[in-house]
Amino acid sequence: MVPAVEVRDLVKSFGATRALDGVTWSAQSGRVTAVLGPNGAGKSTTIECLQGLQRPDSGTAHVLGEDPWGASAEHRARVGLMLQDGGLPSMSTPPTLLTHLAALYAAPADPVALAQRLGIDGFARTIIRRLSGGQRQRVALAAALIGRPDVLFLDEPTAGLDPHTRLDVWDIVREQADAGAAVVLATHSFEEADRVADDIVIMDTGRVRAFGGRAEVTGAKSLEDVYFSLTRGGKR
Amino acid sequence: MTGPTTTATVPRAAVRGIRIRRQAGFEARTMLRNGEQLLVAFLLPAMAMVGLKFASVPDLPAPRIDAIVPGVLALAVVSTAFTSQAIATAFDRRNGVLRLLGTTPLGRDGLLGGKILATFAVLAIHLIALSVLGLALGWRPAGSGIAPALITTVIGAACFVAIAMLVAGRLRAEAVLAMANLLWVLFLGLGLLLPTTTLPNAAGGLAKALPSGALGDALRAAFVHGSWPVGQWLVLLAWGGVCGFLATRVFRWSD
Repeated sequence: MVPAVEVRDLVKSFGATRALDGVTWSAQSGRVTAVLGPNGAGKSTTIECLQGLQRPDSGTAHVLGEDPWGASAEHRARVGLMLQDGGLPSMSTPPTLLTHLAALYAAPADPVALAQRLGIDGFARTIIRRLSGGQRQRVALAAALIGRPDVLFLDEPTAGLDPHTRLDVWDIVREQADAGAAVVLATHSFEEADRVADDIVIMDTGRVRAFGGRAEVTGAKSLEDVYFSLTRGGKR
Repeated sequence: MTGPTTTATVPRAAVRGIRIRRQAGFEARTMLRNGEQLLVAFLLPAMAMVGLKFASVPDLPAPRIDAIVPGVLALAVVSTAFTSQAIATAFDRRNGVLRLLGTTPLGRDGLLGGKILATFAVLAIHLIALSVLGLALGWRPAGSGIAPALITTVIGAACFVAIAMLVAGRLRAEAVLAMANLLWVLFLGLGLLLPTTTLPNAAGGLAKALPSGALGDALRAAFVHGSWPVGQWLVLLAWGGVCGFLATRVFRWSD
């Protein structure tokens, strides 16, 4: 089966800093792939390359068989993205924004149902600038889901969320994969990866330290032990 | 290099024209709901119109209102096309909005198209409202000046949007906010609101070469004399062309 997401020998430098140093991994439809690593491991840069937000220096990044750099609107419509910084217009209310985003797609999810599912209807009349961090995260997730994507990129989707909301988000992530989407989730929480991921990529300092099914990556050890032994030179 | 063919045949993105129109509507509503935008683009120009009409300074050819209204309309063009647009774009850039919308079916070109349409729509509303106020105060524009005034407005708005993108494209959002407001005041004083001929000699010469003086004088020439201010159009086109080109070079879609 052709992977929905594939990076091969990806290299990207910012000035003297080599953010990605030959990164290779892939993600399949119907599965959740967690890209795990400490801050600065290159997770966000990889996702930005897969979103066409960054152009790799060398190597290839493919999403649904296409190069995301300068990809068509049709391609972008099949890919959902939740950014770490949200990227939401500050003066808009959540329902206004979701209705607007839905209009950019031919067959979007129902904004009202989605808002209910994510508990956004509870703060529907507040402009985004006045929302709490957790509320904003939920709106950003809804924005990523509104186009009913085939590939879903989530960059630290549960950072700063309370435990209940985290569970909700993990349920939604699972639902999306079960419905056939390839979900790629960048996180530095091995708890999150352990909880929702089918496949795991462990990255550190711009390189892939481990990649495979969760059981394959962890073996007899816990993900926590594997994570610490493979990142930051094995020191904890 | 083809994706799974089963889904590729069903369109997933809305049609391009719809995407751009929707974005324009969204941006226009956001602008019109923004109190600061209304203040700078409508209330302050309206106050300037009323104030200048009933003041006795500066010396203006009679009837005063005929010299005042075109300058006020020029001020409104700069407020909407330059000040509001620069500030909104800078904050959208900082908040990651440009980045996020660039990855939706809208894309960067759709975002740009939507912004331009929204600017013209909001500008049209402000200009109509200010014109009505002017007419109520006794403004009698030259009928033959309406066509060149419209052309001036389009060229002027395009020029000032280009300047806005240059200012908003690279600096920190707070710096853009300060600079956009500062430039608004400078433009206002340098030929926008009052004829460049009323300025002291050196300042008048400078103002004539600036987009502010060109836009103000062009609208006054059109509405007062019904003439076609080709010289001023060339000044605006030159500024717009240079700033637009530079903007494409320095513009960053995210901080």
